[in-house]
Amino acid sequence: MTLQRAQGPRRGFSWIPVVVGAALVLLMAILPLLNISIPGILPTPTYMPGTLALLSLCMVFAALALSYNLLLGSAGMLSFGHALYFGAGAYGLGIALEHLGVPLWPGIFIALIGGMIIAFATGAVAMRVSGIPFAMVTLAFAQAGSVLVRRNSGVTGGEEGLSLTTELVPDFLIGVINTRNLYWFTLVVLVIVYLVVLWVDTSRLGHLARATRENEQRVRVLGLRPYRAKLIVFVIAAVLASLAGVAYMLLQSGTVPRAVSADLTITILVMVVLGGVGFRWGAIVGGVLYTLLDQRLTVIAGSEVVAGLPDVLRIPLSEPLFLLGVLFILVVMFLPGGIAGTIDAWWRRRRGEKVRLSLRSMDDADAEAEAPVEVRV
Amino acid sequence: MSMLVLTLITGVGLGALYFLVASGLSLIYGLMHVLNFAHGAFLTLSAFIGWLVAQALGTASWGSFLLSILVGALVGAAFATLTELVLIRPLYERHIEQVLVTVGLSFAAVALFEGIWGTDPINIAGPPWLKQTTEVLGARIPNTYWVLMIAAVLVLAALVIFLQKTRYGMIIRAGVENRSMVTALGIDVRRSFTLVFAIGGAAAGIGGVLAMHYTTFVSAHLGSTLLIFAFIVTVIGGLGSLTGAAIASVLVAVLQQFANSYLSGTGDFIVVILLALVLLVRPSGILGRKA
Repeated sequence: MTLQRAQGPRRGFSWIPVVVGAALVLLMAILPLLNISIPGILPTPTYMPGTLALLSLCMVFAALALSYNLLLGSAGMLSFGHALYFGAGAYGLGIALEHLGVPLWPGIFIALIGGMIIAFATGAVAMRVSGIPFAMVTLAFAQAGSVLVRRNSGVTGGEEGLSLTTELVPDFLIGVINTRNLYWFTLVVLVIVYLVVLWVDTSRLGHLARATRENEQRVRVLGLRPYRAKLIVFVIAAVLASLAGVAYMLLQSGTVPRAVSADLTITILVMVVLGGVGFRWGAIVGGVLYTLLDQRLTVIAGSEVVAGLPDVLRIPLSEPLFLLGVLFILVVMFLPGGIAGTIDAWWRRRRGEKVRLSLRSMDDADAEAEAPVEVRV
Repeated sequence: MSMLVLTLITGVGLGALYFLVASGLSLIYGLMHVLNFAHGAFLTLSAFIGWLVAQALGTASWGSFLLSILVGALVGAAFATLTELVLIRPLYERHIEQVLVTVGLSFAAVALFEGIWGTDPINIAGPPWLKQTTEVLGARIPNTYWVLMIAAVLVLAALVIFLQKTRYGMIIRAGVENRSMVTALGIDVRRSFTLVFAIGGAAAGIGGVLAMHYTTFVSAHLGSTLLIFAFIVTVIGGLGSLTGAAIASVLVAVLQQFANSYLSGTGDFIVVILLALVLLVRPSGILGRKA
């Protein structure tokens, strides 16, 4: 009876998200053809390359945040190495074009396969441990990747970064005039990533991954294999991150070592937590909001108003990352569900349903699985 | 031969530095199950303040060098205590959120340090003796390595004595073993959390000032680089085990130095391979308890 009541109204309203989603995608798709100005948020009217490039970047990071949310929100794996796979996509495409001389589409394919192989190897090892140690190990792997990229300047361009070999990319994706096409390309990437994430979340695999997040022991007792399910989810998330990396490479016509750094992973984490862990739309909101804020705060940091302030105010205000870090801390401490979680909780409470926050439940699962650790001398 | 000795001793010296950072991390994790990403920020701030102190008193004298280390330890301890009280304590028992908060803190702190002290590394100076070398079996060992080793041995000894002999050390060890039991006995375990954070922060602060002399510069990113190696060391040594952290520090650093000198600078990479091997063979680390 309770089950029916919980599902009843949902089934009735289930077409609403689909319609809203489709309408949003349609709106985003025709945006380059419209002349809308949002001063203070977007630098130029929507049909101009400046705004389109910014929105494209937002969508790339939204796709990346979505892939990370699959990892953290659905499978409950706190990885600090997600940038490695994003970088693998970006550098993979660059290297495939520059050193193998293949055309764009096979290049993208090579980049995705490369990301998948790296994810499989590193994921299989890292999943020997779980919880916090897993976070440390993935961080170490990403760091090794970052060192490799910085050292082998012959292949990756080292600190200078790698620029896109434009001769091998079709003309319609090159240059400021074609920002519009790149914008549509990233929109397609975002939609693909969203659909794959949706598919994984609603599939048997996704259920198994979520069950494993809640109680790994019980899943094992049922005769299922949590390790395999988690590894598959990990690899899928990594390939999606590589796809976002490919889009980033095309959009920026190049990449720098920051694309594989721990900094970027932390940035993704900030986006996902800001948007709300465990909510697909939250990840998108987080990715877009973070990118816009970062861009806006950088503009404010360089403005004359800030330059005229006394040091105590000027220094913090001229560091966008400081402000974003503080915002992140505040969200974690006072708004643990992020934007989406808070709205969802408010909505559920209004309808008298039970509220659960994703991070909190992950902690509970952790506490159950945790073996005692000791300090020994 | 001299090359071998040089590599070995510099490896142990670097291991001493890793231990200074990793000891605090390992203690904090062992007691509270918090992975402290802000540890690098403690270290960096201590290095900057230590450098300011040394500059004010004249960099060449030993007095200012020792004082800068002391100030570094105090700054590290104060920063860590504040972090525990303001950020960690309100999120009691919520480990993932605690990790996220320290991530945010390190994110914000690095940006703030860049804002205050600039993005470029600042070259520093110390007592002239640190720049010289001492000859051991034909190998000329830079003197900074000796200082690192002495500091690490002192910190290790102090920690061991503290944990074994004092009342608070005993509470901490008991708290790690079974926290609810200690609480049931009427002891406020949470006070020892703050204490552990302060101790870890002080060790990181000493490590920060010395790391600055080791690299001969100080920048906002000093801590982040070291922190990753400290993470690797704590995982290899076994989370929560102080002895494990000490052994793993030396092991990792010596291996790293050997790979750097004999295998054309692949040190960082070899360390990660070692980490992968340890995880495959023994996921709980060298001295970690079997999960």
